[in-house]
Amino acid sequence: MMRVSDLAIVRGGVPLLAGLSFAVEPGSALILRGPNGIGKTTLLRTLAGLQPPAAGQIEVPEDSVAYASHADGIKGQLSVVENLNFWARVYGMADVTDAVLERFALQDLRARAAATLSAGQKRRLGLARLAVIGRKILLLDEPTVSLDTASVGRFASFLQDHLDAGGSAVIATHIDLGFTATVLELAPYKLDAPALTASDFDEAFL
Amino acid sequence: MIALLRRDLALAVRAGGGFGLALVFFLIVVTLVPFAVGPGQVQLAAIAPGILWLGALLACLLSLDRILALDYEDGALELIATAPLPLEAVAAVKALAHWLTTGLPLVLVAPVLGILLNLPGPGYLWVVVSLAIGTPALSAIGTFGAALTVGLKRGGLLLSLIVLPLYVPTLIFGAEVARRGALGQPLETPLMLLAGITLASVALLPFASAAALRVNLR
Amino acid sequence: MSDHSLRPVSSLWEFANPVRFMALSGKILPFVWVACVACLGVGLVWGFFFTPDDYRQGSTVKIIYLHVPSALMAINAWFMMLVASLIWLIRRHHVSALAARAAAPVGATMTVIALFTGAVWGQPMWGTWWEWDPRLTSFLVLFLFYLGYLALWAAIEDADTAADLTSVLCIVGSVFAVLSRYAVVFWNQGLHQGATFSMDKEENISNVFWYPAVLSMLGFGLLFVALVLVGTRTEIRLRRTRALMARASAE
Repeated sequence: MMRVSDLAIVRGGVPLLAGLSFAVEPGSALILRGPNGIGKTTLLRTLAGLQPPAAGQIEVPEDSVAYASHADGIKGQLSVVENLNFWARVYGMADVTDAVLERFALQDLRARAAATLSAGQKRRLGLARLAVIGRKILLLDEPTVSLDTASVGRFASFLQDHLDAGGSAVIATHIDLGFTATVLELAPYKLDAPALTASDFDEAFL
Repeated sequence: MIALLRRDLALAVRAGGGFGLALVFFLIVVTLVPFAVGPGQVQLAAIAPGILWLGALLACLLSLDRILALDYEDGALELIATAPLPLEAVAAVKALAHWLTTGLPLVLVAPVLGILLNLPGPGYLWVVVSLAIGTPALSAIGTFGAALTVGLKRGGLLLSLIVLPLYVPTLIFGAEVARRGALGQPLETPLMLLAGITLASVALLPFASAAALRVNLR
Repeated sequence: MSDHSLRPVSSLWEFANPVRFMALSGKILPFVWVACVACLGVGLVWGFFFTPDDYRQGSTVKIIYLHVPSALMAINAWFMMLVASLIWLIRRHHVSALAARAAAPVGATMTVIALFTGAVWGQPMWGTWWEWDPRLTSFLVLFLFYLGYLALWAAIEDADTAADLTSVLCIVGSVFAVLSRYAVVFWNQGLHQGATFSMDKEENISNVFWYPAVLSMLGFGLLFVALVLVGTRTEIRLRRTRALMARASAE
């Protein structure tokens, strides 16, 4: 479904990772592991198409990827349902259903302005976005931050259902979500500077 | 795209959206002008079209940094960029939303403020017409400036510095239409040129804005 | 990466490589400086002291040897920035982006010189330091464009992001600068004399004025080239330092 070959990524002119190759099949999840600063977020942003890869290829079916960053992009003045409906409409999907709200334990908060939600509730709202936009490949950057144990369980069961339905996910996380997934350790791909000479790097100045 | 437009309009009119601030600013500028130049009716009438244009332009400028900065800060812009909307369309919709919430109200309130400045009779029509034609260009150019500076911490002042020189041709032709209208002179040429600038800005600048957004989201 | 300099040059684009650019520019820079000083020295001394006074304008006309060349370079500098920006956006050559950045302060300074000498010249001629004449106004607007461009460069930390955004601004700004020029002419037909030097020079100006003027224009052009080369070399060294520091901190 998603095929990555010989990928190299940079952040702010500094090369981070190189030689990454992996594939994510339908129904499977890939978990990215590695210490802070190794480039998990940069890798996810590159996969999401927000920044160009320094080298290598990313093959994904068109209009199949959804990205969830650290920030949830929630508008405080809009209610929970309005926030979700906005995203559903942007992706050309039907409005949010009660089932989705219940799944993320948002049914009692549906008319609340998002500004009045707690950090964990906001995060649940941000994750519920993934359920209404109908994308197959989810790119998740630390999705469980500020969630309590029960909420983590809810999210894990949502992900499990997503995978069972033929979806897939690439997740940067440190906690065990409790389902089977391939783990990709990023440390071996870390670039010991100055391995790259491509012209797009500051290395061109050396 | 409709969803984005509706969301931006809803955000603008709800509490904290800043809707109406530009109007108040416009009113204050127009009130301050006689204090600065004196209350003479003849004098005010002579400068009224220009003051109305300048006031509307500054009021527009004031609200530019809200076009994209809020969405950038809370991460919504990144998510919108990965959504199936072309960024060019996002830039165009953002400019349209800015015009509907700022430019259009300014156009509608301008004749009322014209009374305060003793605007000559025929001027009312042409002030409204020139602002109605010219303010979309101000929104499109402003969105471009906002896209350039969206990633910056203190982008507000820089945004003005970048956008104001770009406003020069629009201001010249727009104010010229209003001035000639107030004096009852022929105004077809500046009107056509003003319309040309607006059409070109609205059609082409979203591409430049999208290019700048892509760079800033990298 | 120094092996670049061993191969013979096969294409103009090879000078877009910073290493090659540094080697070449380091070699030609002294010659540019010498030629610049020679042209400026001869042109200005000749122009100031060995040309007759104009029968109408008296000795004030001699400021033309500063005014016209600086005005010329003020516009050409922006044009060069536009070309360099396009090259950066299309071919991603770092030297090109840095050259555009180096040209901006020079162009802005040229604009100020043109405005200042214009004011000094205008005072005895028109009886006023400043007149909202289309040409003067256009140069003032051009100066504002330079300031916005420089401010954007200064505000962005990441070098490549800054290069991208300023390039986009330069292209859009060029269109609006041209628009402003026509708008300003439309807005006020002025009292500035028509172009002093044109291709059919005989109509406007005699040879006595023409030769020193050409020399000073050439001198200003060379001065621009020299300053841009120095500026670009400085920028490249800065980038190199930053790359070395990034590498050091990555290890």
